[in-house]
Amino acid sequence: MSAYIIRRLLYALPILIGVNALTFLLFFVVNSPDDMARMHLGGKRVTDQAIQSWKEEHGYDKPLLFNYEAAGAQRLTDTILYQKSVRLFLFDFGQSDSGRNIGHDISQRMWPSLAIAVPTLLVGLAFNITFALLLAFFRGTYFDLWGVVICVAMMSISGLFYIIGGQYLVGKLLNLVPISGYDTGVHALKFLILPVIVGVIGSIGSGTRWYRTLFLEEIHRDYVRTARAKGLSEQLVLFRHVLRNALIPILTGVVVVLPLLFIGSLLTESFFGIPGLGSYTIDAINNQDFAVVRAMVFLGAVLYIIGLLMTDISYTIVDPRVRLD
Amino acid sequence: MSVIETAMANAADTGPPLLEIDGLATHLGHSTNPVRAVDGVSLTIRRGETFVLLGESGCGKSMIALSVMRLLPHSGRIVAGEVSLGGRSLRALSEAQMRSERGGRVGMIFQEPMTSLNPVMTVGEQVAEAVRLHDDENRMRVGERVVELFRAVGIPDPERRTGEYPHQLSGGMKQRVMIAIALAGRPQLLIADEPTTALDVTIQAQVLDLLKKLQRETGMGILLITHDLGVVAEMADTVGVMYAGQLVETNSAREFFRAPRHPYSRKLFRSLPMAEKRHRGLEVIRGIVPALDQPFTLCRFVDRCESAIDLCRLQAPPWRDNGAGGYRCHLAPGIDAKQTAKDTVAPALADEVSGTLLNVTGLKVHFPIQRGVLRRVVGHVKAVDGVDLAIGHARTVALVGESGCGKTTVGKAILQLQRPTAGEVWFDGVDVARLDSARLRGLRQDFQIIFQDPAASMNPRMLVEDIVAEGMLAQRIGRNRAERRALVEQLLLQVGMQPRAADRYPHEFSGGQRQRIAIARALALKPKLIICDEPTSALDVSVQAQVLNLLRDLQDEMGISYLFITHNISVVAYLAHEVAVMYLGRIVEYGDVDSVLGRPLHPYTEALLSAVPVPDPERNRDVVRLQGDMPSPIDPPTGCHFHPRCPRVMPVCRERYPDRFRSDDGRQVSCWLLAPQHDGSL
Amino acid sequence: MSFQPVILWTDALVYLLLALLMLTVWHTRRHSHLKAPWRRVADRRIGQATMVLLSFYVVIGLLDTLHFHPRTSVDERGRAVYSTEVLSLFDVIAGPLRTQREKTYSAPFATHLFSKETVQLSDGSSARGFPRLQYGGAHLSGDGEGRLADIAAKALWGAAKGALLWVVLILPLCGFSLGRAARLLRGRLLQPWHIAAYAAFAVICVFSALWELAGYYHILGTDKVGEDVFFQSLKSIRTGLLIGTLTTLVMLPAAILLGIMAGYFRGWVDDLIQYLYTTLNSIPGVLLIAAAVLMMQIYMSNHADEFNSLTERADLRLLFLCLILGVTSWTSLCRLLRGEALKLRELEYVQAARAFGVGHFAILVRHILPNVMHIVLITIVLDFSGLVLAEAVLSYISIGVDPATSSWGNMINGARLELAREPVVWWSLLAAFGFMFTLVLAANLFSDVVRDAFDPRLREQR
Repeated sequence: MSAYIIRRLLYALPILIGVNALTFLLFFVVNSPDDMARMHLGGKRVTDQAIQSWKEEHGYDKPLLFNYEAAGAQRLTDTILYQKSVRLFLFDFGQSDSGRNIGHDISQRMWPSLAIAVPTLLVGLAFNITFALLLAFFRGTYFDLWGVVICVAMMSISGLFYIIGGQYLVGKLLNLVPISGYDTGVHALKFLILPVIVGVIGSIGSGTRWYRTLFLEEIHRDYVRTARAKGLSEQLVLFRHVLRNALIPILTGVVVVLPLLFIGSLLTESFFGIPGLGSYTIDAINNQDFAVVRAMVFLGAVLYIIGLLMTDISYTIVDPRVRLD
Repeated sequence: MSVIETAMANAADTGPPLLEIDGLATHLGHSTNPVRAVDGVSLTIRRGETFVLLGESGCGKSMIALSVMRLLPHSGRIVAGEVSLGGRSLRALSEAQMRSERGGRVGMIFQEPMTSLNPVMTVGEQVAEAVRLHDDENRMRVGERVVELFRAVGIPDPERRTGEYPHQLSGGMKQRVMIAIALAGRPQLLIADEPTTALDVTIQAQVLDLLKKLQRETGMGILLITHDLGVVAEMADTVGVMYAGQLVETNSAREFFRAPRHPYSRKLFRSLPMAEKRHRGLEVIRGIVPALDQPFTLCRFVDRCESAIDLCRLQAPPWRDNGAGGYRCHLAPGIDAKQTAKDTVAPALADEVSGTLLNVTGLKVHFPIQRGVLRRVVGHVKAVDGVDLAIGHARTVALVGESGCGKTTVGKAILQLQRPTAGEVWFDGVDVARLDSARLRGLRQDFQIIFQDPAASMNPRMLVEDIVAEGMLAQRIGRNRAERRALVEQLLLQVGMQPRAADRYPHEFSGGQRQRIAIARALALKPKLIICDEPTSALDVSVQAQVLNLLRDLQDEMGISYLFITHNISVVAYLAHEVAVMYLGRIVEYGDVDSVLGRPLHPYTEALLSAVPVPDPERNRDVVRLQGDMPSPIDPPTGCHFHPRCPRVMPVCRERYPDRFRSDDGRQVSCWLLAPQHDGSL
Repeated sequence: MSFQPVILWTDALVYLLLALLMLTVWHTRRHSHLKAPWRRVADRRIGQATMVLLSFYVVIGLLDTLHFHPRTSVDERGRAVYSTEVLSLFDVIAGPLRTQREKTYSAPFATHLFSKETVQLSDGSSARGFPRLQYGGAHLSGDGEGRLADIAAKALWGAAKGALLWVVLILPLCGFSLGRAARLLRGRLLQPWHIAAYAAFAVICVFSALWELAGYYHILGTDKVGEDVFFQSLKSIRTGLLIGTLTTLVMLPAAILLGIMAGYFRGWVDDLIQYLYTTLNSIPGVLLIAAAVLMMQIYMSNHADEFNSLTERADLRLLFLCLILGVTSWTSLCRLLRGEALKLRELEYVQAARAFGVGHFAILVRHILPNVMHIVLITIVLDFSGLVLAEAVLSYISIGVDPATSSWGNMINGARLELAREPVVWWSLLAAFGFMFTLVLAANLFSDVVRDAFDPRLREQR
């Protein structure tokens, strides 16, 4: 098991290098730092002087891969590749283009993201599993049929609609909770309710339908017939046998996204004014702050790889058939 | 009077019969055009009796069992008839009442022990569930009761096993757990639906013995469903033969084997391959089972019956009851109108040896096991571990063994579909194991393969013409499409199919027909050797006979050699010249088929042969029952691989793998018993 | 010639897609086993109804794909001078819808502007009030008396024209035989197409009524710059369809080839391909898209002179978006195909082919590819609706299509801020959501039917 984890971590290294190479290519080769400076300073009629000083200010004035002017190890380290890309491996995110410390920002902003994402995930999971079990129990009836129809209709509605509609209905018409904003501590609660509700409702359509499919797949298996031949009631068959087996793909599907919860949801956070990593990313995109986008890409990749590893480990916990070696 | 008969006699006197099915009809699918899976079946089972339902696949025998349990699939429903257990109608019960009967008075075990247990629940818990539901006395001591049940079904080390998960148990052990679940409610009736079909013969023998023992102890009735006449002979008190949704004959087992009454029953016996029929062809039942989505107004068997008279085509035959049983036929019992031509024409097996076509020496196929951070190879699965074989021109060598012994891998390694780890494969003077893939490709037309599963062996998206012509195209046989088409039609005729079959897709054919197409495809390249990997084990007995006959005829006409890989001993006896018995990657006994099957020398061969149920209840067999399962090829036992299960184990067997000894009749046997002066010491 | 045809990049790809589609249809019709699952799709009522609805969208999208430069004048030497403006056939058909612009917001079916303005009265004095619209309801007298009756009458008239059109379409299909038409409508034909016929009737009548009304009113109102919202919604159809189909199409060859190669060859080929898609997959999709689109924006703004027209630039951006969306979404298909190829390579017919000495390439093409195509098809159909929805989200965070391209996402983005107005400007938003919902719902229902018909595993369970 530990050997497996070590091997997986070693395997993660080339993937992160690949991710880094890709972002390096996108951010520094496709467009040169000059282009970026011009973009930021606005328009074409920017003087070379202004570009040069902008580059110096943000540390983009170094050569890309190899610094012929420096000496010794600095030939390699005093380059954009090292300063901007390699140092990400040490989780040293550096400064954003607006001059803030990215690492500090991230550590501050992940908590509001988690405060939204975790309850949304948990409540959504509970809702969807319950609904899916109900549909599976009444399979083949009109209840099931209409349940599926409603699910398909719900998943055909744009997520934007849920957010805008929710804000309009609950916030503006009924005036129950504030439309957007955030606060610390317990006071955050009133700001959290609406985004969580909207998030859960948005997930019902596809979630319930997917889980129902999983349940129905299990219901057709031989061991369910054995359970029935034992004389178990349909409810017990569902709860004790079907649920336990169907939970394996459900749980492992959840585990893979767990680390990504840190990053939060771009849409929800920016709509509801939550100062999390999602809105951080959106702001960076809108302000064309490439240092932040680059850092988030790297962070996302790391979290995804951790998610994969956690998935493998969670398999060994929930499924007795799986052994890692 | 045997114990069973005593029990039966005692039980029969009291009260109503245990299970009474009267006019049961079960339909599947849409109600406008239903599949009449069970169409008016009546039978009774007394306490302590074993009633065996015999029939080929799709005849409705499993549907009877599921109807009794009221566990029909979603599209199924009982449309008529009565099922009563101990005088109480099961159809009238509410679903809640029926639940207490399931697993209570009537238990059931299924064909596939591999998938019939919940994979994420310990086997102990799965048995305990049944105990809690149905066993009021033991509700306070469930754990102990589970251990008792495990012990009763012969699971070694029951305390430890209760905490294990299904995947940790072998197939045989899983089926024992299934039996323990069924026994938990102390059933009066046990329904066993093909309980041993998925198991190896030695394990099958263990499970059948267990069922008999449990029946003696508890006096329960058993409804056993099988397609294997050998199992019938082993187990049955009463036999019911199913055909196309109906019972065509019921009889006491003794009478059934002495004088079967229905033409179909008799045909089944004649199409069974066995050693005595070596010098004749097998009889076949022509045609196929009629589709069940139509109402029948005449005899269902008439199109396949060689004794049919005009009356058979006019009206459905009545059920003729004669006390002990009955049958459904217009003809008087035991009358066959005419003998089949096959009996006289079929040529005897050619016995002359003429040169060696294939010579395999020291063949090894090892699959590496990698572990640790750097995926270092820490061991090997020795699937094939030093196999020597030789096949002469126009000869058949059978490779026999239980699942997991490596016999299929031998076939693939000879064909170089799986490159061997070591060893030589001399084919017609060339060591094909050393050829690079380009040179090998040119040689490939000389050796071909036929697979087990006719459904999976053909690309469902290709026409039969393209399937048969695929090899020709690859080996550049036939100059153009028209020429190849002509060859395809000729080949189809040769395997007994219509040439227009070329324009259809494989799914339009039955299993036996598809196997013929597969043979035509192999023949297209005019091979010298065909490796037959269990070619008949997915087929029903009557269809199996057609394929076996075809294979033999082809050998006589074209001088093809076969390596016949199988677990079915009776097919070996019928078809092979020589036989090699494999155990855990090695051949343990190898020699002439008559001598090996007639007087096995290796204890494993002996046990294997004696475990095969023989379709003759009268025959007294010296049964050697093997204990336990085949060990894993990752970590084979030291010394002789077989010694942990061997009834005649000696000290030397535990230390050293036996040399290969040559017996007086020229066989090669790897066993210390054959050592010139063995005293069992080191 | 009064026009000069223009083929934008996306147009070219649409034509390619159409050609592929026709080739597939032709191939499918000749093979019964390929036809069978489509027959199962057509046998389902939902399948028929959604197919009609989807084809309606497709027809509009295709009309909007035939682009050209209109001729503006003839120069002194008799040569035609063409406008730099790019129009589509749909623009021409829609005619007045495109050109009749109001000043700013107006509500659906309104006769007056939505906001108060200072208007010149006939006597020369000025007053604040809601001015009359220039085009919407302009045929009505006075302040728009009898508007409701007029709307009802126009709608009925439009529906009647639609019904006539439907009859004209149905009759040739029935070989001009009334008996056959009657049998068709009662579902008595060999292939019961009656649901499709009814669905077509509904779609044609409703659209025809709307079209008739749109000639006189802004039936879904106008937006901030006075453009007709109904027209915008219809123009957005092409963008939605393109994103839904081209995205999958552009990466399809790579996904199929790499997927089946990884599964079939295993070994280092497999390792390499797995590395490739794990790496791409490990970058959160939105971030990769954001990064790539940002980079493209910079490139385009720094190289503005490389593009002939705004339309061309917007079109290239759309294509690029499809590409980058494809890069983030092909990995799942690739992984699916790899798994299936791993299973297929062990199947006996592949082993048999190897025993015949058939080459690897031939095995891949003859045995593996045809037997994974159902997965490809199911994925294409399933992905479609997700991509249409994704476009809206991406456009909202301004990493979607060009602001100059009509798309539902841009409509929502533009209208979102107006929700804060009192009274609310809701029509743009609802129109975009409504059109999107109809398309996505139809696509979702259709993909369910397709999956049921093509997935062999699902068929066994029934």
